[in-house]
Amino acid sequence: MSEPVTCRRMTMIEAINDALDVMMARDPSVVIMGEDVGYFGGVFRATAGLQKKYGKTRVFDTPISECGIIGVAVGMGAYGLRPVPEIQFADYIYPGLDQLVSEAARLRYRSAGEFIAPLTVRSPFGGGIFGGQTHSQSPEALFTHVAGLKTVIPSNPHDAKGLLIAAIEDNDPVIFFEPKRIYNGPFTGAYDRPVEPWSKHPDSEVPEGHYTVPLGKARVVREGEGVTVLAYGTMVHVAHAVCVDKGVDAEVIDLRTLVPLDIETIKQSVRKTGRCMIVHEATRTGGFGAELSALVQEHCFYELEVPIERVTGFDTPYPHSLEWAYFPGAVRIGEALDRICKD
Amino acid sequence: MAEIANQQPLALHVPEPKARPGAAPDWSGVILPKAGAQPRPDEVCAASETWPLCTDLIRVLDEAGHAQGPWNPRLDAETLRAMLRNMALTRAFDERMFRGQRQGKTSFYMKCTGEEATSVAPAMALAADDMVFPSYRQQGILITRGYPLTEMINQIYSNKADKLKGRQLPIMYSARDYGFFTISGNLATQLPQAVGWAMASAISADTRIAAAWVGEGSTAEGDFHSAMTFATVYNAPVVLNVVNNQWAISSFSGFAGGERQTFAARAIGHGIAGLRVDGNDPLAVYAATRWAANRARSNAGPTLIEHFTYRAEGHSTSDDPSQYRSAQERSSWPLGDPIARLKDHLIALGEWDEERQAAMDLDLAEQVKTATRAAEANGVLGHGLHHPFHTMFEDVFETLPWHLQEQSEQAMRERRIKWPDWRPEDGDDMP
Repeated sequence: MSEPVTCRRMTMIEAINDALDVMMARDPSVVIMGEDVGYFGGVFRATAGLQKKYGKTRVFDTPISECGIIGVAVGMGAYGLRPVPEIQFADYIYPGLDQLVSEAARLRYRSAGEFIAPLTVRSPFGGGIFGGQTHSQSPEALFTHVAGLKTVIPSNPHDAKGLLIAAIEDNDPVIFFEPKRIYNGPFTGAYDRPVEPWSKHPDSEVPEGHYTVPLGKARVVREGEGVTVLAYGTMVHVAHAVCVDKGVDAEVIDLRTLVPLDIETIKQSVRKTGRCMIVHEATRTGGFGAELSALVQEHCFYELEVPIERVTGFDTPYPHSLEWAYFPGAVRIGEALDRICKD
Repeated sequence: MAEIANQQPLALHVPEPKARPGAAPDWSGVILPKAGAQPRPDEVCAASETWPLCTDLIRVLDEAGHAQGPWNPRLDAETLRAMLRNMALTRAFDERMFRGQRQGKTSFYMKCTGEEATSVAPAMALAADDMVFPSYRQQGILITRGYPLTEMINQIYSNKADKLKGRQLPIMYSARDYGFFTISGNLATQLPQAVGWAMASAISADTRIAAAWVGEGSTAEGDFHSAMTFATVYNAPVVLNVVNNQWAISSFSGFAGGERQTFAARAIGHGIAGLRVDGNDPLAVYAATRWAANRARSNAGPTLIEHFTYRAEGHSTSDDPSQYRSAQERSSWPLGDPIARLKDHLIALGEWDEERQAAMDLDLAEQVKTATRAAEANGVLGHGLHHPFHTMFEDVFETLPWHLQEQSEQAMRERRIKWPDWRPEDGDDMP
């Protein structure tokens, strides 16, 4: 007889905090470090209360040195710990790139399995909070391009907890980008309306204790026949809302993991709908949408009835005051849907 | 705003070594204090007590081959002979591998000639299970720890017995069972990793410490400064070694800031212990390492050690130092040769002689030759395809994702076209 699973309503930040709590309690090799994550509990409160509960040798603040944070985490992983470093904003991750790209990603390969880098690098990413060009970027494509890294992006509290636990338990390095715009409530792109709380959203029902959402598995958020919408993070909610508003019979797929990608779910859907729209907030050129577009074309060319549409951020730095002009919201998504569905 | 007039034009300083090819070396900047003259502070002293040593030079062996002063580690004759043998074996190994590269047996090799003391002596001073994070010129550590020469050569040849499956450039060893971290090739990345390993050891209330090596040139990398910052912030049990061999390929130490200050002095700004050591004096290197290791083991914190030495040969088999430095540098280097100095010391002690030295050298050459033959039986790089193609796709991730599975099938299709004579017993049949 299995225990009944009790659930609790959580925001995404609470779900992430809960995942970290569960893993700290289960596995003494899990350590958390990053700028302001200790006593203070993180600038977004993701690690609130954890230092008090698990002690400051397992949850601690670091110098402002992303190169050091990632490099030290690689060494800790080589020792046998399972570090979960936080990079305060994805925009700050670049000083740690060499340690991620040349070291963490290749440790298993270059040592033929003697050393591994089981780190989970958590980092808030994406715009929508008036963060300007240094607190808004979506650099996921820089990481999906690297052999040996997994890239995971949750879109709701339930998945955030399950994916984060799966990422921490994974023996490969995982980049775990958290869409900060939806930390405290889902976002439909209606920036001029009051924020909706997570408590009204079904995916805020988060099981207590340990569970995983497997890496590499997408989720069909809504079934449909007319067009396949591929999105992740904040854009799942935005794209979904536009489809509902416009009455489009869309199948909305939340990719959840970019590498390894759930190609089967994508193929099945596009073969059914014959149409595909890809939505991401990141800049367009060389974005992950380009990879998705290529894959859909390679796998579903003969089923496609119209050209694939990519809806993305513009190829500019993320502007401050013009944030909502930059953001790929209802108008840009709506136009693409119109083009896809016009015949 | 004040008018600033009559100022001379600004001038950019681009460092230039004292001698280029065709000129006589100028060692006037190398100040050699008397062996035995440097004080040896207590191992758990305040870091600041070591700071005068950051601009001094710890030396034990004097010109007559006698061990002098408080840093004399007072090793017994047997240990001294083992140290001599480890250094001589490292040199014999380098000679043979360099020749092997010239004979086409592999693509690349790097010697550590003249710098043997900076890896052999620390390896002897550290505990066997302390974790080392080497750069690319610390083969002396593996040799001292007794890693089989044949395994090293298998790696250098990327042959079918290569434990790293032919994936790594020659000499980028990995030997977990010997406490030897996988060598990167991207410079200085191992330093924050060593600090992280040491922090993990402290978090786990372990007793093992970490040690890392980096060239003076790569101290310019951000990783060096990140490592120093983390080491001092968390008082990490780590020994950070800067091997100052004067040259980073063709760039002299001035391009890493060596014209202005010693590399050991970087310890001062970080508030950690620092020692500057005659890197061609194996006893001084041993003593400094032991001091720093004991300090780390006592929770007294990290130490930065600068080993002042000289890269007697080219950077690698791909380098020709006669193009950029004085040809007489090697012969006139004022700190001598580490093997010759230890040999002279043992002879001065009455524990060694030229005949035994000659016999040892012959014996070591034979040992390397035997190991080389054994490795050659597993193939050399020139023989080509030693590893089943599927191994190219393994270990990117713990399990093979669909896209790598697809690409691996492509590679095997190509194999049938490009190498139709491939024997199935070599592995790699298509699934």
